[in-house]
Amino acid sequence: MARIKGAIVVNTDRCKGCLLCVDACPKDVIGRTGKRVNKSGYPFVEAVRPDDCIGCASCAIVCPDGCIAVYRKKVEE
Amino acid sequence: MAEQEVVLMKGNEAIAHAAVRCGCDGYFGYPITPQSEVIETLSALKPWETTGMVVLQAESEVASINMVYGGAGAGKRVMTSSSSPGVALMQEGIAYMAGAELPGVFVNVQRGGPGLGTIQPSQGDYYQATRGGGNGDYNVIVLAPASVQEMADFVDLAFNLAFKYRNPAMILSDGIIGQMMEKVVLPPQKPRRTDEEVIRECPWASTGRTKDRKPNVISSLELRPEEMERVNLRLQAKYAEIRKKEVRYETLFCDDADYLFVAFGSASRLAQKAVEIAREQGIKIGLFRPITLWPFPTQEVARMAHGKKGVLVVEINAGQMIDDVRLAINGEVPVEGFGRLGGIVPEPEEIVEALKEKLTLMQK
Amino acid sequence: MDNQEIIRPENLVYDKPTLLNDNPMHYCPGCSHGVVHKLVAEVIEEMGMEEKTVGISPVGCAVFAYKYIDIDWQEAAHGRAPAIATAIKRLWPDRLVFTYQGDGDLACIGTAETIHALNRGEHIAIIFINNAIYGMTGGQMAPTTLIGQKTSTCPYGREPALHGYPLNITKIASELEGTCYVSRQSVESVASIRRAKKAIRKAFEASMKGLGSSLVEIVSTCSSGWKMPPAKANKWMEENMFKFYEKGDLKDTTGL
Repeated sequence: MARIKGAIVVNTDRCKGCLLCVDACPKDVIGRTGKRVNKSGYPFVEAVRPDDCIGCASCAIVCPDGCIAVYRKKVEE
Repeated sequence: MAEQEVVLMKGNEAIAHAAVRCGCDGYFGYPITPQSEVIETLSALKPWETTGMVVLQAESEVASINMVYGGAGAGKRVMTSSSSPGVALMQEGIAYMAGAELPGVFVNVQRGGPGLGTIQPSQGDYYQATRGGGNGDYNVIVLAPASVQEMADFVDLAFNLAFKYRNPAMILSDGIIGQMMEKVVLPPQKPRRTDEEVIRECPWASTGRTKDRKPNVISSLELRPEEMERVNLRLQAKYAEIRKKEVRYETLFCDDADYLFVAFGSASRLAQKAVEIAREQGIKIGLFRPITLWPFPTQEVARMAHGKKGVLVVEINAGQMIDDVRLAINGEVPVEGFGRLGGIVPEPEEIVEALKEKLTLMQK
Repeated sequence: MDNQEIIRPENLVYDKPTLLNDNPMHYCPGCSHGVVHKLVAEVIEEMGMEEKTVGISPVGCAVFAYKYIDIDWQEAAHGRAPAIATAIKRLWPDRLVFTYQGDGDLACIGTAETIHALNRGEHIAIIFINNAIYGMTGGQMAPTTLIGQKTSTCPYGREPALHGYPLNITKIASELEGTCYVSRQSVESVASIRRAKKAIRKAFEASMKGLGSSLVEIVSTCSSGWKMPPAKANKWMEENMFKFYEKGDLKDTTGL
């Protein structure tokens, strides 16, 4: 039984913390961890629940800054 | 038309013919009296069928000058023409071209002003042309034709200067020169440059970024003050070089003269006749005719005026070029001005009377 | 299976296009400009036109578009981009020439240039970012500002008696003979982003095929000007802007 597993890589230096990706994600994968900011002073996001990622790329598609790279692999159970 | 054939035509028509013949890539213009013959002649010549030159009637002078900006930014030989109120509209585009260092040519066939003014000729845009009518510190090269032949010759000259210095160049004509008919020898047809030649001549142009170079950006915007100062200093250095190398002028009957007329464009033709009349009356006078109004022949005027008894600046405006003449002569010799306004063109006899009233009779 | 086994080049399904370079973009967090820049870069890459495209950037927040997409650009005076594009396309007919303009640029000071370039059917594509406000200069009213919408120059809300009505310029464009493709899209959701990209692609292809002029309006947000966080701005847009600025193809004679 195969399922799709995804993974995202966020360019946290480029992220402006607009949180549109958080809205877009159907699996609540992405979010802010605490109050960390990047060197530009923006509160960046990252994958807080990476195991739930299905690699749909919704986050990356809506990201206005092109911060997210999305990977996807079919995995045999 | 055969090469080297002598033909009779209006100044405006000569501009159009010369444009096609000097390999102009595009003309973008708007009708306005007294220069609509430029676009009318081009439209009748249909150069898009012969040389491939683009001729487009734009929706306004604002659009016209921006089309010239776009074409020049793409390395092409492009031009427009208009008259005083329309050129006022173009000042934004001209300043942007100066700031972005773009080579475009524009023709102003001056008419009376200010504002909507009149359709009769004047020279009232001298300040606008030479002081830079748009915003910021810049200059455009200004050529002042005084004959239909010069209208034809100055198109190629203006383009060559524009591309040599990457700067806008202006042909400052007026309604007399634009509308009068004279004999002219049109230049032979020069082929338009190929796309490869354009890219070679203008490696800075935005024509589609090939992998071997960085993207080109045509812009006059620079928000970093230190950079903007550098840009401006570079422009100023360019203008200094133009001042040194590109001054053009003509002198007539100056060798034995006691007095001097200084006049440009059509006023110089009137002044030339006035020289004749004055000499018949025993006044030894010559004519100094600036051909480049910017760069102004400052040193040459000063040299020619040296030792003279007086200078009369003849111009069809309220006195604009007289400022540059006074600056050049620097108080050494009396300088007076004469002109008519409202589009009225003075008679040569009037000019002589003014000469006597303001200079020769006063000094008796 | 841990992440490191998934994060491998052969598993990459989405990344920002290379034509959109690594320069950090100056736009506010959540600004629609970023998404549209991404789509424009993707389309140019997919069409293989990186070396034959000239973009014209506006006066507005996107004045610096030329810093982010690695093609040749010309920076236009406010509103004048369609005139500039007209000349470039007529002089270099085999190039892809597009303008990228905001609502103040295209529908206010540039109305004449917009209408006439479109009406002449110049083979250019105009990308029109409409957020019903002047963003760059600090949030003033634009001709596209909605009735009742508050901006810095209509702080009590736009009212017809004082300020006139919002201008639906895309509708006017769709009625011009010279246009072949006029569409209105948005980029707030994955579905709308996909549709917007298709529209941009169609506009670019139509211009390369010489079918006429194209206008793609992207109804957008302006978090700073509207004084709302990005997600809330998207909601406000959905609830208010789409009613007046209806999405979809207003005209399509391209056959593409």
